[in-house]
Amino acid sequence: MDLNFTPEDEAFRAEVRAFLESVPPHLRGVSRRELSKEGQLEWHRMVFKQGWVAPAWPKEYGGTGWTTTQRYIWQEENAAYEVPIILPFGVTMVAPVIYSFGSEEQKAKFLPRILSGEDWWCQGYSEPGAGSDLASVRTKAELTEDGKHYIVNGQKTWTTLAQHADWIFCLVRTDPNAPKRQMGISFILVDMKTPGIEVKPIITIDGGHEVNDVFFTDVKVPVENRIGEENMGWTYAKVLLSHERTGIAGVARSKKGIERLKEVAGQELLDGVPLSEDKGFMSKVTELEIDLTALEFTELRTLAAESAGKGPGPESSVLKIKGSEIQQRLTELTLEAVGHYGFPFLGDEQLDGWNESPIGPDYAIGSAPSYYNTRKTTIYGGSNEIQRNIIAKMILGL
Amino acid sequence: MDFSFTEEQTLLRNTVERFVQDKYDFETRAKIIKSDDGWRKDYWQQFAELGILAAPFDEDHGGLGGSAIDIMVMMEELGKGLVVEPFLPTVVLGGGFLRHGGTAAHKAEVIPAVIGGECVIAPAYAEPRGRFNLADLETTAKKDGEGYVLNGHKAVALGGPWADKFIITARTSGGQRDEQGVTVFLVDKNTDGLSTRDYPTVDGYRASEVMLDNVKVSADAIIGDVDNGLELVERVMDEGIAALCAEACGVMKQLVDKTIAYSRERKQFGVAIGSFQVLQHRMVDMYLNYEQSVSMTYMVNLKLGEDATERKKAASAAKVQIGRAGKFIGQNAVQIHGGMGITEEMDVGHYFKRITMIDTQFGNVDHHMRRYAALSE
Repeated sequence: MDLNFTPEDEAFRAEVRAFLESVPPHLRGVSRRELSKEGQLEWHRMVFKQGWVAPAWPKEYGGTGWTTTQRYIWQEENAAYEVPIILPFGVTMVAPVIYSFGSEEQKAKFLPRILSGEDWWCQGYSEPGAGSDLASVRTKAELTEDGKHYIVNGQKTWTTLAQHADWIFCLVRTDPNAPKRQMGISFILVDMKTPGIEVKPIITIDGGHEVNDVFFTDVKVPVENRIGEENMGWTYAKVLLSHERTGIAGVARSKKGIERLKEVAGQELLDGVPLSEDKGFMSKVTELEIDLTALEFTELRTLAAESAGKGPGPESSVLKIKGSEIQQRLTELTLEAVGHYGFPFLGDEQLDGWNESPIGPDYAIGSAPSYYNTRKTTIYGGSNEIQRNIIAKMILGL
Repeated sequence: MDFSFTEEQTLLRNTVERFVQDKYDFETRAKIIKSDDGWRKDYWQQFAELGILAAPFDEDHGGLGGSAIDIMVMMEELGKGLVVEPFLPTVVLGGGFLRHGGTAAHKAEVIPAVIGGECVIAPAYAEPRGRFNLADLETTAKKDGEGYVLNGHKAVALGGPWADKFIITARTSGGQRDEQGVTVFLVDKNTDGLSTRDYPTVDGYRASEVMLDNVKVSADAIIGDVDNGLELVERVMDEGIAALCAEACGVMKQLVDKTIAYSRERKQFGVAIGSFQVLQHRMVDMYLNYEQSVSMTYMVNLKLGEDATERKKAASAAKVQIGRAGKFIGQNAVQIHGGMGITEEMDVGHYFKRITMIDTQFGNVDHHMRRYAALSE
């Protein structure tokens, strides 16, 4: 056991930094605010050209073949340079299902376009009646008489960035009479341009438009867009969910967030003295920092187990729970730290490209919306209560 | 970065694990802690024979040349059995002082005796009014010809009743809490003027108050440098924290596992109480606290070799995690066991007692929060 970086690791870090130095300023430091579609795509293409979009994929499909340590360095440097994230829906969520369970044709058709960013993916899991209880999906897909198409009817919700998406992967009910609810579900890929699909925005309490309702009315989907076997979708989806959870810890970014928080506390004054010298406030920051250190090593242990051949299992629920709680506490403390200037709400004008002079200090902008928005982290990807159910059942055997 | 264990480490773990399984069951331990001596000297000899006492020492002195990770895996297993024999005071702390600060003579004479099981060492660093500040010393060591004369009262030296030697911190110069002026002495228990008051502790150990009344020692008794001993003390205490965290992980693992097992058996309202979601989630949170503690224990043991600031931060962060997790896991283990959890006859209460006192040992959560924050400025 050791924490040493080899000369190869250090050379790799230098290579990563050289690349990140080349990232234009308008893509830097925006990870804490919303980024336009164009900005997101510009970033994705940059990383694609570098060949680094999908570190976790098997090499044959375009993965990087990086070691655990290299993946750690990549994440850490990304956070340090405050570059945007690579959106998870294609790369982290649907791609592992495609390369694990898809046909050769599906792999050849979809994987390269996910890598290059040509297709923007969104996730069609949740429904108005199927949130934490995901297995109760009701959106139905019925085979046409010639057996060549599914006709899809129903509604998906909380669909993140569906307004930009080219494709959606969906859980649909193909056998309403299956003996167990989990058994009648299939996993299908749907072109968002197909007639009968309607996307309606949901505005969240931070004023943002991140999520949507997606309505399906007699949407015709070729059967070759089904992943694996009919009615086996639940099995594939579970694999996807555990992949979703490993990325969810967000350790490196939270580390950067704590650094930022300390900077803010260094500038806010309390009785003329920086807030960073207030013992009450700082003990909350210290507690958070210590929790994050523990999470960092939990993630390293998980990554090490993964590279030793143990795929992400129920342990990823641990990362989801702790990671999301830490993200929430970080935004909570940041909002506390900025004081009065948590109030101004400038909505869309805060997006990059706005040239007016700001109200209040720069660091206060968006701190309240960011706190409001981050409430989602303990709800999405299987709420933290569901994660606890998973751990109770799968790990503790209760 | 590498998170795997070497073959030697796995072997050491298995050795201790087997010893605990075969010879340290709950009833045996109950007898040991109630006996007059409070420990099994023959077990200590077996530790020596098994090589357990040799792990961290250099091969030149008859040791196995092991690392902090070797100590870590053994401490975890000792924690699972609530083993009271003084491995932490003697090998980790005593051994640490000897390895980092001992003279050639100390290393040549005392280390082999420790390895052979013939010398038990109890560090006496705490004082009645010093709380967790290692520099807050009322005990004095005054120059007397070539040697020193020690006067003072050292508090709660764990393992003291079994000790052949004490490691004593005393002030050789400066004011009561100055960083400068701290010196470390290795003193035989039978030295004139040294007396002890021995007693059992709430968690099954034995400890001593150590009274120093004009105790004369030669300059050979000094470990490290005169007046500049504090850095050495802090380093050894941080290593103690790293080992203690591993012990705590062993204790917490038992508390979590035993609670889960009990919740499966215990029936109320016609069903196992482990089927209640409110208890399931509580046990999940116990498990999360345990996992995070294991991570922090790896972290601190891997960072002991870094520069002093990094090492101290790592030790304090880990101690905070262990203190908080230990409280949560201990209290909830008792709660879920119901009335049985607070009976002397059931093992869970004994794990609870130990994990509670681990928070105090080497400084509690509040102390290490402050230390961490001060180091981060």
